Amino acid sequence: MSEVFISGIVVFVLAAFVGLEVISKVPPTLHTPLMSGANAISGITIVGAVIAAGVGQGTFALVLGFLAVTAATINVVGGFLVTDRMLEMFKKKPGRSK
Amino acid sequence: MTEILYLGAAVLFIFGLKQLSSPRTARRGNMLASVGMLIAVVVTLANMEDIGWGPIIAGLLVGGGVGAALALRVKMTSMPELVAAFNGFGGVASALVALAEIERTGAVFDTETGVVVALSLGIGSITFSGSFVAFGKLNGSLPGRPILLPAGQLINAILAIAMVATAVWAISTEEALAYWIVVGIALVLGVLAVIPIGGADMPVVISLLNSFSGVAAAMAGFVISNSALIIGGALVGAAGFILTVLMGEAMNRTIANVLFSGFGATTAGPVSIGDKPVKSATPDDVAIALAYAENVVVVPGYGLAVAQAQHAVRELATELEEKGVTVNYAIHPVAGRMPGHMNVLLAEADVPYDQLLDLDQSNPRFPQTDVVLVIGANDVVNPSARDDDTSPIYGMPILEVDLAATVVVVKRSLSPGFAGIDNPLFYQEGTMMLFSDGKAAVESVISALSNV
Repeated sequence: MSEVFISGIVVFVLAAFVGLEVISKVPPTLHTPLMSGANAISGITIVGAVIAAGVGQGTFALVLGFLAVTAATINVVGGFLVTDRMLEMFKKKPGRSK
Repeated sequence: MTEILYLGAAVLFIFGLKQLSSPRTARRGNMLASVGMLIAVVVTLANMEDIGWGPIIAGLLVGGGVGAALALRVKMTSMPELVAAFNGFGGVASALVALAEIERTGAVFDTETGVVVALSLGIGSITFSGSFVAFGKLNGSLPGRPILLPAGQLINAILAIAMVATAVWAISTEEALAYWIVVGIALVLGVLAVIPIGGADMPVVISLLNSFSGVAAAMAGFVISNSALIIGGALVGAAGFILTVLMGEAMNRTIANVLFSGFGATTAGPVSIGDKPVKSATPDDVAIALAYAENVVVVPGYGLAVAQAQHAVRELATELEEKGVTVNYAIHPVAGRMPGHMNVLLAEADVPYDQLLDLDQSNPRFPQTDVVLVIGANDVVNPSARDDDTSPIYGMPILEVDLAATVVVVKRSLSPGFAGIDNPLFYQEGTMMLFSDGKAAVESVISALSNV
């Protein structure tokens, strides 16, 4: 295995543990926004899609690239916007004790 | 420098997720994560030389427009299917990245790259087709009940083996066509894996598909050797995994059990209490019980979402609070069709989140609660999960509403819930049944309240 690949595996495993650690204490009230926010982050594949669309040669490769960018952008833009819409609604009642 | 900026984006994702764990900071967390995403995209664009901009710009415009339109127009009750759809788009994007790489290189990879290409294709495609079946089940265009195929599990096992074998063939012969066959098998497998799963198990399925969309992105990151994708994907994979485990625990079931058993199709034990009398109540009875209570706990379920009754419930709570009644909401982790579904609906109706109690907070309160109002929930308040070790749902943690002085159940009919199990709660001494659509019932109770 190449060194790049092995360091990729190291990064993957460490990031997964960071994720488990950071997210394990999310209260049930926020489960939906957490899921849709995380979903938007999985749209990071947009980076790969942009590269693919940019370097593609030939019509078919460009079509694949275009579709990848489109799907990833729907995921990113839609995911962050809808999460924001939801979180905007989560309010604490002002002045309520306890 | 590029790598450092990608790392910065990943750090913003981590901070964002961290802040998403508290209602006070959650909105800022989401913004931080979106800034991270913007940085990653801008860095990528700035680094590209000699490229065709056409497909990139077209994709960003079309995707941005569609995504924004979906996000801004969706009703809160339709949130589960939208999240399912977004999972699907993320999955297919990762699969397409791998396909584009196959096109670019002519499928000539070293072994480890071939493996991650096959994984991106397989996981991404399963996420895509599985998510859209889930989407169809959630928005009603496919039947929500489990659809069991004869020998379904055997077919799925054969398909899974065939997919792995085809992937091995693809990697060893560097044959592009074989990679495409992997995609085809994965798409079929995604459909067949989700179609037997019933509506009430959707919280587990959506969480699992969420996790898959992250893993697919991470695999695409290995394909193009990009650390931002690997980190971002791994974070999402972990988040989805945690939610999947939590949802499974809330149903006392393993993930394998949810995926492979088609729960609603299993036959329940003999129903022995079907002839017992039920106390049917009028809206006036309910209004009187509520008005003279000191504290009331509302237990919402999927029926509340179906009836779109969240605003009416909020109005009822406001009326009661004006009469000096304390109102809280007890929410079971798997109430609804996705994790946190009820919380989002009630937040939409301006219910403050500190009135929403989870399982551990609400159960100790029920013995001191005067009236529990159950709206559109059934299995999550079924005492046989606690008392009857022959019950199919025995062992599932429930909201113990049967310990309260009075229970009002709003339900359209006496029909059993999703699991097909009778609910002894309905025949209990202190239970009143209000047979009606959730929203109509709550509205009639509100108008009856003004006469009390």
